[in-house]
Amino acid sequence: MTTEAMSTKATRTEAIGTAPGFWSIARRSLVKDLRLEWRSKDAINSMLFFALLVVVIFSFGFDPTAEESRKIAGGLLWVAILFATVVALGQTWTRELRNQVLDAYRLSPAPPQALFLAKAVGNFIFVSILEVLMVPLFVVFYNLRSVGPLWQLLVVGLLATWALVVNGTFFAALSIRTRSREIMLPLILFPISIPALLAMVDATTSILTGDNSPIFWIRLLAVYDLVFTAVSLILFEVVLSAE
Amino acid sequence: MKTIFRILAVITAALLAYGFVQAIFIAPTEATMGDVQRIFYYHLPSAWVAFLLFFVNFLASSWYLIRRSPRADALALASAEVGVSFCTIVLLTGPIWARPVWGIWWTWDARLTSTLVLWLIYVSYLMLRHYATGGQIPVLAATLGIFGFVDVPIVYMAIRWFRTQHPQPVIGGGEGSGLAPAMWVAVLWNLLAFAMLALLFVWLRYLQALAEHSLEEEHAQASLEMGEAR
Amino acid sequence: MNDPTPNLGSANSPVNWPGSSSANSAGDSPTAGEAGENTAVSLRDVVRHFGRFAALRGITADFAPGRLYVLLGENGAGKSTLLRVIAGLLAPSRGSVRVLGSPDIRSVATRFGYMGHAPLLYDEMSAIENLEYFAALYGITERARCEQAIRTVGLEPALQRRVGQYSQGMRQRISLARAIVHRPELLFLDEPFSNVDVRSARQMTQLLGHMRDQGRTIFVVTHQAAIVEPVADECIVLDQGRLVAREQGIPARLLNPYLAGEPAAKVAAPQIEAQPGEREAES
Repeated sequence: MTTEAMSTKATRTEAIGTAPGFWSIARRSLVKDLRLEWRSKDAINSMLFFALLVVVIFSFGFDPTAEESRKIAGGLLWVAILFATVVALGQTWTRELRNQVLDAYRLSPAPPQALFLAKAVGNFIFVSILEVLMVPLFVVFYNLRSVGPLWQLLVVGLLATWALVVNGTFFAALSIRTRSREIMLPLILFPISIPALLAMVDATTSILTGDNSPIFWIRLLAVYDLVFTAVSLILFEVVLSAE
Repeated sequence: MKTIFRILAVITAALLAYGFVQAIFIAPTEATMGDVQRIFYYHLPSAWVAFLLFFVNFLASSWYLIRRSPRADALALASAEVGVSFCTIVLLTGPIWARPVWGIWWTWDARLTSTLVLWLIYVSYLMLRHYATGGQIPVLAATLGIFGFVDVPIVYMAIRWFRTQHPQPVIGGGEGSGLAPAMWVAVLWNLLAFAMLALLFVWLRYLQALAEHSLEEEHAQASLEMGEAR
Repeated sequence: MNDPTPNLGSANSPVNWPGSSSANSAGDSPTAGEAGENTAVSLRDVVRHFGRFAALRGITADFAPGRLYVLLGENGAGKSTLLRVIAGLLAPSRGSVRVLGSPDIRSVATRFGYMGHAPLLYDEMSAIENLEYFAALYGITERARCEQAIRTVGLEPALQRRVGQYSQGMRQRISLARAIVHRPELLFLDEPFSNVDVRSARQMTQLLGHMRDQGRTIFVVTHQAAIVEPVADECIVLDQGRLVAREQGIPARLLNPYLAGEPAAKVAAPQIEAQPGEREAES
């Protein structure tokens, strides 16, 4: 008996794991995802091509004059980005399901919110790359020129992208536990994103045409981002530990 | 329980009848639109009842996440389904009203548009419940229920601002625009009647959902004991 | 053979567990809770349903620390389910589970490791990259410890090949390394020897025995009872979700069901696959 008690104590002092820091885990998970994406390149290549196709098809569908284009480009651009984003987001968690790697994360003491943040930021980077491709194409195809300042467009772009990505990452995690994974994500993402979509489209149009002030819409986007980032972080643990 | 239900059902029927009388006969005819406007006495209360039901869904979803109680999940399901039904009434009565008055089927009126978005959100909630696999439906649905309701104020804010920027024909007041006090009487009676109706439907659906859950539990228990006779 | 005498840092053992004699490693937990840990794992009437199917039908058992337990049973008996319930990956439908004295396994997450049926590894990363990431989840940031863990399972840390290209034997070894990098006192292994060559299986078994000798508690779910028999302290037999037998070591009748006449011993025949073409070229 004594020998057993001794050996148990010895083993306890040997265990060297500790609860890791939040930002350290988030950073490492992000780096890991970027590295994996870079190595496999399966998502990014097809996504880039898909984004290009979307822009071209939209251009065939709508052939406006320069004046008209400023009014509708905001809407077209963000709808195009929305579609590309949904296809991209669908891949977020697939890698974690392969080899059931997600189990390893669940078993560890690492905080689930860190994993979520890393995924969301990774998706943000991913979608931003798509936007960097799509926006210039739009400008070219529609001969776009903005009346309002470019930095405002950039602010709208950042807030809007995060709005799509934060909920998209969360709902992608939800949808992997459903039967029709691919259709489930847009099904639940689109309705909740409607106010954000309204805001990003109207803000962009306001800036491009100079007709209205985009301030309210920018504020709405900021509120949307804050609220849903908080809700996602709070509820993610529930989704991760769902079997 | 059954007696209470029957009593409430009778009261509800009476209220609906009285509300009908109020709306169709007693309330004054609207100056510009005429009798068509009377559909408003069903349009507005339905919208408010739907909103109330989605709030109940939010509470039930939160309760479920905290306590994991099957009753909470049954209530969440019931309130979402009945809420979507009342939303549908709003979305149908709106165009029925708009067409004869303005000649168009749809206007991006604040209430109508917000209701449409709510309808979409909670239909997607019901779809998630349908497509999720196995025992995790209540948990996943509860998170979506919370997301959905948190979105509601943002939806209202966005659409109201959108409307001020792009003015559209407005379907009926409710924002204090030109509703005579006599009309409010009809609105409130019908609101009470619809709220009671919603309560009855939710109660029924709740009991049904609970019964389904109990049935599953019994089956599981039975399969547990099956191994005994070996 | 199964006597758990402490064997810290023994130079004689063929598989070296370096640094095991250091008493001042990071993470020295306070002694509070020592009293509650006469049992490593404690189960009370654990039931688990999947829809209408009852995978576990009321399992009650206590498991003392410092022993190697082997869970045996046919396919569908509930072995993997039980392991996942104990490890916290599944919640029991009824009943309670206490691990290391705590009803909430998340609170003792740093003290146990799990090796699943699936590799729980990223195919596109090398062994050391995988280890470094998963070790970081346990707060371990020194690369040296990850290299140690890889060497312990008999592989070369400098290997840059992606894990996806490994043979099954190598992949199981890396999976084990991932499970033990944080030196847990409690270890769960689900079918660690499946499709693994004989040499890898033997070395893993030796390592498990050595770890048990250091005082760790180990649970192994396997069909291949014969492989793990030399180091097994107790075997627990499940049948249709119930615990039907619990014995010291692994009795002969459970090693090979074709020898037995008893209906209770329905254990799958051991499958030791000799794969002559398989070589650990980089070990």
